[in-house]
Amino acid sequence: MTRGRSMRLLPWITTPLLLIAFFVAWDVFVRAFDVNELVLPRPGAVFESLGTVVRDPVTWDHARVTVLETTTGFLAALVFGVVAGVVLGKVPWIERSLRPMIVASQVVPKVALIPLFVIWFGFGITSKVIMAAMLAFFPIMLNVQLGVRSVESGQREVMRSLNAGRWQTFLHLELKSTMPYVLAGMEVGIVFAIIGTIVGEYLGGSEGLGYLVVVTLNALDAPQLFAVIILLSVIGLAMYFVVNTLKRVLIPWHESVYGQNGV
Amino acid sequence: MAKDAKTMTVPVAGPPAEPPAPSVPKLQLVGISKEFHTKRGTTLALSDINLTIHDKEFVSLIGRSGCGKTTLLRTLAGLVNPTAGEVLIEGRSLWQGSHVDPAVVDQLGVVFQEANLFPWYSVADNIALPLRLRGVKKAERLARAGELAELVGLKGFEKSYPRELSGGMRQRVAIARALSIEPKLLLMDEPFGALDALTRERMNIELQRIAAATEATVVFVTHDITEAVFLGDRIVHLTPRPGRIRQVRSVEFARPRGIDVQTEPEFGAIVRDLRHALDEEE
Repeated sequence: MTRGRSMRLLPWITTPLLLIAFFVAWDVFVRAFDVNELVLPRPGAVFESLGTVVRDPVTWDHARVTVLETTTGFLAALVFGVVAGVVLGKVPWIERSLRPMIVASQVVPKVALIPLFVIWFGFGITSKVIMAAMLAFFPIMLNVQLGVRSVESGQREVMRSLNAGRWQTFLHLELKSTMPYVLAGMEVGIVFAIIGTIVGEYLGGSEGLGYLVVVTLNALDAPQLFAVIILLSVIGLAMYFVVNTLKRVLIPWHESVYGQNGV
Repeated sequence: MAKDAKTMTVPVAGPPAEPPAPSVPKLQLVGISKEFHTKRGTTLALSDINLTIHDKEFVSLIGRSGCGKTTLLRTLAGLVNPTAGEVLIEGRSLWQGSHVDPAVVDQLGVVFQEANLFPWYSVADNIALPLRLRGVKKAERLARAGELAELVGLKGFEKSYPRELSGGMRQRVAIARALSIEPKLLLMDEPFGALDALTRERMNIELQRIAAATEATVVFVTHDITEAVFLGDRIVHLTPRPGRIRQVRSVEFARPRGIDVQTEPEFGAIVRDLRHALDEEE
């Protein structure tokens, strides 16, 4: 119990310490080698700039756009990914006939399609939402497909021997059994959705934190560039944390969760 | 094959265990055959199995691996459709063509080699799952799960999750789950096959107690001769290729049987006989 407890508390102690060590090393490096501020600003300057950025309401307008694009794209990917995954996992002939197309579409570097999306859907949020959804879709779909197939045959037989109907088998077995796979797909999917959004904003548009990165880069404001990147990381982390928390709530019984809780 | 093959009797060490035959037998197998069709041709897994099992009887089904004992049990459980023959439970046919009669399946409790618990449900919810599928109210369900947990020796573990239990405890949950609907017939397919020898021995004693307490009629598949003799009122010995009944033997030690019954000479004699019979097949 105490061992489990200390294991649980460990990251809360080590993470701040490691972060402090990282920034100290950064600072020492910049001073020791006298690095140009345009190449690598000192952490102090970055944090100073971060303070300014955070206090500027315009930043939050950009952040709101990025969060909106990411979550919209992610939720669309979740819906389509779960539906497609269930269909492909349950109906072998559809899976077999579509597999070559699926593999091909996965190999295509989707980021390269963004300029095309900008032409098709304009500089607004639509092109970014589509990008986020496309990147998040595949990991979710693949995980769900795997999950639907991974229902244990022994557990199926239990349901059969109990005369369970289709709906009962779905509710008590298939749904519960697939849930960890859906959440694993979501964990990867949310990260991909953020990447899709940011890259979309880099390449076209006038809103979002990705756009802000491009603007500060053009202004050669290195400290602010780093500050925006830190802000982006924090937002990304927060979104990941939401999905991870969902996992603890929805599948507390699963290996991937109860180990974390130090039970 | 003769109906109910040759029944041999062994020296009696106590009151006779054979119950008086009621008018309608609990379970009747009439000319059960099962063919499996594969690319390499047709395999006759079961050939003309005839057997009658009475109320509260404990029947052990033994045989080498591949003799069709699991197929036979799965036929009784409504999981494998026999090619020919009839499975009658209290006189009512289990199979209607290629479909099972749900009303008959509802009277069966099945325990598999693996516990096959649902890790997302607590012990109590696992035990009560069959009741939940039948729409029994939560309070009633949980009360029943509590009683059954106590019966199988898991009192105090109702709120635990399967991952927190040992293999033996999981199998106890599976047994409790099968008993939750008060089945007329309890079917067990090598339920203790995956357990270590000591746990297995303890589970055998427990199962005997549970069967007596619930007045269950049990068909118990095993490849362990000692286990079969220890638990069974009768032993049905199946031979492979094609699977058919070679002999049916009565075991008439008084119940409850303690672990010491295994050191009695008659016990050893029965086990030896069966082992010889099994060794003759090759």
